[in-house]
Amino acid sequence: MRRSGVRTVVGALVAFGVVALGWEVFARSGSLPPAITPPVEAIAAALARMIGDGTLFVHVGYTLGRIAAGLGLAALAGVPLGMLMGRFRPVERFVLPLVSVLSPIPSLAWVPLFILWFGLGNTASVALVFYAALFPLILNTWTGVCSVNRLWIRAAESMGARSGAIFRHVVLPGALPFVIAGLRQAFARGWIAVVGGEMIAATRWGLGWVIFDSKEFLNTDVMLGSLAVIGLLGLGVERLVFAALERRTVERWGLVRRTSA
Amino acid sequence: MRHIEIAKVGYEYAGTAGPVTALREVTVDVATSEFLCLVGRSGCGKTTLLNLVAGFLSPTRGEIRISGRIVTGHGLDRGVVFQDFAQLFPWRTAQRNVEFGLEMRGAGAAERTETARRFLRLVDLERFAGAYPHELSGGMQQRVAIARALAYNPAVLLMDEPFAALDALTRDEMQRLLVDVWAETRKTVLYVTHNVAEAVYLADRVIVLSPHPGTVVADVRVALPRPRDPLSLAFLEYQRTIVGHLGGRG
Ligand SMILES: Nc1ncnc2c1ncn2[C@@H]1O[C@H](COP(=O)(O)OP(=O)(O)O)[C@@H](O)[C@H]1O
Ligand SMILES: [Mg+2]
Repeated sequence: MRRSGVRTVVGALVAFGVVALGWEVFARSGSLPPAITPPVEAIAAALARMIGDGTLFVHVGYTLGRIAAGLGLAALAGVPLGMLMGRFRPVERFVLPLVSVLSPIPSLAWVPLFILWFGLGNTASVALVFYAALFPLILNTWTGVCSVNRLWIRAAESMGARSGAIFRHVVLPGALPFVIAGLRQAFARGWIAVVGGEMIAATRWGLGWVIFDSKEFLNTDVMLGSLAVIGLLGLGVERLVFAALERRTVERWGLVRRTSA
Repeated sequence: MRHIEIAKVGYEYAGTAGPVTALREVTVDVATSEFLCLVGRSGCGKTTLLNLVAGFLSPTRGEIRISGRIVTGHGLDRGVVFQDFAQLFPWRTAQRNVEFGLEMRGAGAAERTETARRFLRLVDLERFAGAYPHELSGGMQQRVAIARALAYNPAVLLMDEPFAALDALTRDEMQRLLVDVWAETRKTVLYVTHNVAEAVYLADRVIVLSPHPGTVVADVRVALPRPRDPLSLAFLEYQRTIVGHLGGRG
């Protein structure tokens, strides 16, 4: 386990090293103007500058805050709705067609409308994350409730559990693997939405806004540096938050196998 | 004293290709503290009959009484153990699984812990109280399920082929353990199996069901002292009798 973990990390480092080296060769080859293909040192220097003056942390803070708010609201709405769909047929018949039609629309396609409705700023970005995150949460929760083992429900009934207790003690934990999978998907979609949304809808702060703003002055080093931060941050949240959540719940219960790190 | 009375019970499933009569005119009485085995070939309606007694299904004909009262649904006077290991709640430890019924009854934390411990000890699993079901072998999981069904003190224990998915050695062990548990708790047990040797080993009485539709064809009292020796001549004689009632190879 540990050895394979070390190997995975080494493999990743080698892969990134090769890509960085390739980029370096390409950047210095002069096939494109150096101003738009900054070498790795320039990207690192831009990042160091942003860390030094603290702006990077503010951008990261805004972006994380927006996704947390959007994801949180989506979970508050989507998980209960998915539960109701799983339990009550009429709710399912009402909600499912709406979800089926709305879910395939890319969240970014809503940006212009959201700006008209909510103006530039936080609200539009949060609304965008909410939209992107809502449907994976609804659909996964609904699937989770539908696939709760009937035997657990029978066993609980035979031990005197009434419907409220069955819901709390059987359906909720039984559906949890799906809810967590839904959260993961929702985060992945929300992360794309927040960065994309910030490019157009944000003012002054946010990782997406930095990238778009840097276009004005051809600050490609800042753009590439921010892209790297976006990638690393997405991976970090996935690994730290969701993997930890899984380890504590569904993995401990043997409901899913450990995903290789 | 008659504890469970199954009187002229019939059951019909509304199958997709028209109604299926699973049981017809089944009449069985089970005495208090009696160990009764229902044997029959696969598909003869054993599970259906058990689910009727458990209250998961309602008879389409006849009636079932427990302690004189007509069964209308599931109740805390009956504990159920299923064949499938998946019956345990994976998100609860063995201990917390056994506590479930007590929790539903509103018992306090101290009483729950104490009682669950006692029943885990009864099935010889006290050391595994903190283990999650997926960390236990199939046999151990079924023992937890037995402890769980007994912990809230139902008068009747209903078991649907609980050991059928276990290997032969573990099954023998579990049968011995079940006889001990029964001797200690004196529950009325209704035990479903398609294994004739198992029925002769466990039961005070064996009811033989014939299929399509399921109906009672024999009622055999097993008058052997416990613990029983499956290799004794008398034991084999009982097996032969029951296999004869099943109509052939068993
Ligand atoms: N849900 C169902 N719908 C229709 N027919 C069923 C259903 N469940 C069981 N049956 C039929 O009822 C009969 C008895 O089934 P069951 O009680 O499960 O038998 P056993 O437990 O003895 O194997 C079988 O013929 C089976 O096909
Ligand atoms: Mg069966």
